[in-house]
Amino acid sequence: MLYREAGDFKTSYVADSQTFPIKFDRYGYYVLLGFAFLVMPLIINDYWANSIVVPFLIYAIAALGLNILIGYCGQLSLGTGGFMAVGAYASYKMMTAFPELNIIFVIIIAGMVTACVGVLFGLPSLRIKGFYLAVATLAAQFFLIWLFTRTAWFYNYSPTGMISAPTREVFGVPVTGPRASAVSMYMICLCFLVASAWLARNLTRGSMGRKWMAIRDMDIAAEIIGVNPLIAKLTAFAVSSFLVGISGALLFAVYLGAAEAGEAFGIDKSFLVLFMVIIGGLGSIFGAFAGAAFLIVGPVLLKLLLVNSLGWPTDLAAHLEIMIVGALIIVFLIVEPHGIAALWRTIKEKLRLWPFPY
Amino acid sequence: MPDTLLFALEASLNGLTAGVMYALVALGFVLIFKASGIFNFAQGVLALFAALTLVGFQSGQIPFSHLINATLGTRLHHFGWNMPTVLAIPATVLVMIGLAILVERFILKHLINQEPIILFMATIGLAYFLEGFGDIMWGAEVKALDVGLPKGMSMAVDDATFNWFGYGFYIDRLEIWAAGIAAVLVAVLTVFSQYTKQGRALRAVADDHQAALSVGISLRFIWVLTWSIAGIVALVAGIMWGSKSGVQFSLSLIALKALPVLILGGFTSIPGAIVGGLIIGVGEKLFDFFMNPIIGGATENWFAYMLALVFLLFRPQGLFGERIIERV
Amino acid sequence: MKMTRLAATLAATMVVAGPTLADTLHFPSLSYRTGPFAAGGIPFADGYSDYLTLINERDGGIGGVPIRQTECETAYNTERGVECYQSIRNDNPLVIQPLSTGITYQLIPRTMEDGIPMHTMGYGRTSAVNGEVFNWTFNYPANYWDGASVIINYLLDENDGSLEGKKIALLYHNSAYGREPIPTLERLAERHGYEFLSIGVDSPGQEQGSQWLQIRRERPDYVVMWGWGVMNPTAIQEAANIRFPMENFIGVWWSGSQQDVRPVGDGAHGYKALAMHGTGMDYPIYEDMQRYVIDAGKYAGTGDEVGTVLYSRGMYAAMLAVEAAKKAQEIHGVAAITPAMMRDGMANLEITEELMVELGLPNFGPAFSVACENHGGSGAAMIQQWDAQAGEWNLITDWIDPDRELIMEMAMDDSIAYAAENNISPACLN
Repeated sequence: MLYREAGDFKTSYVADSQTFPIKFDRYGYYVLLGFAFLVMPLIINDYWANSIVVPFLIYAIAALGLNILIGYCGQLSLGTGGFMAVGAYASYKMMTAFPELNIIFVIIIAGMVTACVGVLFGLPSLRIKGFYLAVATLAAQFFLIWLFTRTAWFYNYSPTGMISAPTREVFGVPVTGPRASAVSMYMICLCFLVASAWLARNLTRGSMGRKWMAIRDMDIAAEIIGVNPLIAKLTAFAVSSFLVGISGALLFAVYLGAAEAGEAFGIDKSFLVLFMVIIGGLGSIFGAFAGAAFLIVGPVLLKLLLVNSLGWPTDLAAHLEIMIVGALIIVFLIVEPHGIAALWRTIKEKLRLWPFPY
Repeated sequence: MPDTLLFALEASLNGLTAGVMYALVALGFVLIFKASGIFNFAQGVLALFAALTLVGFQSGQIPFSHLINATLGTRLHHFGWNMPTVLAIPATVLVMIGLAILVERFILKHLINQEPIILFMATIGLAYFLEGFGDIMWGAEVKALDVGLPKGMSMAVDDATFNWFGYGFYIDRLEIWAAGIAAVLVAVLTVFSQYTKQGRALRAVADDHQAALSVGISLRFIWVLTWSIAGIVALVAGIMWGSKSGVQFSLSLIALKALPVLILGGFTSIPGAIVGGLIIGVGEKLFDFFMNPIIGGATENWFAYMLALVFLLFRPQGLFGERIIERV
Repeated sequence: MKMTRLAATLAATMVVAGPTLADTLHFPSLSYRTGPFAAGGIPFADGYSDYLTLINERDGGIGGVPIRQTECETAYNTERGVECYQSIRNDNPLVIQPLSTGITYQLIPRTMEDGIPMHTMGYGRTSAVNGEVFNWTFNYPANYWDGASVIINYLLDENDGSLEGKKIALLYHNSAYGREPIPTLERLAERHGYEFLSIGVDSPGQEQGSQWLQIRRERPDYVVMWGWGVMNPTAIQEAANIRFPMENFIGVWWSGSQQDVRPVGDGAHGYKALAMHGTGMDYPIYEDMQRYVIDAGKYAGTGDEVGTVLYSRGMYAAMLAVEAAKKAQEIHGVAAITPAMMRDGMANLEITEELMVELGLPNFGPAFSVACENHGGSGAAMIQQWDAQAGEWNLITDWIDPDRELIMEMAMDDSIAYAAENNISPACLN
């Protein structure tokens, strides 16, 4: 009743294969986009932007990237933190070496650099599979972090090894550095997220995405029907790392402002993004958003509830928070192993018939 | 003999003993992977939890005292007695068995027939949960763990090598003990899995869940059994590592040292875990010894992974892993 | 109904802006009671909170205005630290103490922009001693470079004024924090002619086998340690294992607390560390503390950290903050001070020996004064030594002054570079 497709006819293949085939969905999507671009900047306050919305947008990009690798191409990776660090350090080097270069290009180039590094570390995937590959990608994680903390060139020989983002502007509005306002940070992250989601969606439903999925479902069979595993796997690593690199660059330049490889891009980051992908739902664009929202907003809400509203000691609250997040992961896996995206699909199915089921 | 050679020899000896310490953690992973096909990420946290529980019993700490104090306004700390180690260790073993039963009851039972990655994720969830739970139960401060194991430089080795080479080698007595304990552990586990009824059942489950079920082996019992054994191995690893640097949060991170050992040795092989540990231990110590002047130290974190990675390129299933046969 | 109330409280807590509570002085505490460094974070947070509670209970606040404490858990994680800062910054926080070098670097530009003073006591960005560039950041009474220099001065003293031909190794936590003393120690090596060797340990530092084998091979005369968390007890254990003479092993003030030596047992006997303040219960203030806070059951945490080194440090930080607030009240003649007034109080802070006695903390901290050109106090520190049998730290020297000239020169270079990078024209505020 609320959600119906009756009377929604398609007269061409193009119309039939669009992202949101149902009118209701499509308009909902437009409304959401309009809200995000037009209304949110007016109502967002600093606390919301800085603790919830901006990190959500940035991690959603990382989750999109990792989802391409794991969810679409079936290559388990635990090197996300390391690749984010590549994005961050690449953007730092670009920002300091070419001060007049626009920050948007800096971030895109940082993504490309990360893509190259990703391809390099993706090479072993041609021979190694499954958990073995996951552990092998940890080599990338630890090696990259070691490289960035050891090699002084990467942090411009600063005595502490911290990198900090100078102020850069887009259309005269500072988006990085201390003078950047919450709204400008929000807007630049949102633009990158929308572009990334558009890119991811269109790649995954095109021939490239189909090749990835063929490799995921059974690589030998895919090879037999003519999918080149070398190209398919490496393009997946490239695209995935590109998005992860962009999110790393945004995390450092826009959100954190200063970072240190071992602390900001440690192994925890790899796991965090992996959780987002799995809880959100493997192989689903919506899942990446849902997973990021769940793991970024959830802990903050829990903290606000336990500490600010119930007045618990912060340490108990923090311990409980970890326990609750852990328990929720388990509950989710038991109830819906395919993530929030699958849950959402089920809800949609139900809503189609509601309130008159058969 | 030239000094460099002596130093390198000393470094490799230390690598061997360090490798045993890694292997102790890796053993727990292998046991669970063999029996249930689960890559148990919570193994490191299990070791931390076991060590925390052991120290808690030894010092007579009241569990959850902080939580109780915060909610009821009381001031509880300790029961006021100290449990001798011989009692505390069996008590901890009981707790670990209880934990295994709970894990089976609340998690594994509901996840039968799921893909490996889902089970892997579930253990990560478990790791988070236990991390918070252990802290709430026993507190987050550093605790000293002493079960009477000797520590410090072994004078016997020092004297012997000094007499032979004119340079005394350094070996930690704790690590010599660890090697002995690991040997005993592997022997016991092998005997158990080869010669007892439960052990055979365990191997049957490892081979094929469905076939094992059809000949009347209780899958749930076997899972409780493996998780209990893994918990006990975790306790051993927790004792060894905890004696080294105290019991606190970072103990859970030793899992990360065990992963390259695992891929090197193969996920399913107990001897593989030992041999893998030794190779990684010696490899990283020697690499550090020779490369330190050139590229700087602290390479241990990644070298093990790189070594494992290069190794995998030639043998994708690890040293002793079962051959991967793929069919369409 | 229940849900809406919950939602309402949530909404209310999130919109932290709004009217400021002028009738209290807000002292936030960014603590870490969880995560890998919890063992160090807990006692500090307890000491900080207990001292403020004492001031409230005994004196009724500062200048008659009660103190309001809030605590936010960072888990030593920069992102959570930023979240904490955002959640309190509109709530008139008088001084931010991030308790982590990483978080400090994040917050330096933000606090500058927002006009909130930040105090990083014994950590953070060393070049913040130049108050003309870092108007809102203070790092009195001592910083890392001071610490490195104090250790060298102490060793000079031990060796009759010459370190010629000696070998000194630095075992450091491979992070921004651990690398801080390297430039200072290198500069001092040129001056005093000792051989300098730096050995990094990757976080968390549970595995130090190769590092100590290296130390054993290289046979340095002294080992200096910049460690934190589990790295400390592990290093002390390894040093005991290779029978490195403990009295030649000196840690920075973050590597010299009970948590670091206790797990090692007797092997740690004789280990030395820097002390930027006194420790133990032999100070008159503990009578009041016992009466007003401990016995009244108003202590923070579990109450079993009282008197430990890091507890004392938290207490010292709180004491300096309270004194700065008093100074600010005195300068502005207002009791309910704002963060900007607090900054003035900190910038003109003067701690004398008489004042320390008056506070019940005789000779607990050094006498120093803060000025716009010097936000770093005196930089003096003492050396303490661990007595494993008695289970306590003993101070074995008086206050040792660092080589301030060199440090100011290096800090000036670094801060001017920072100013140029960020378009700051160095100047004193008012």
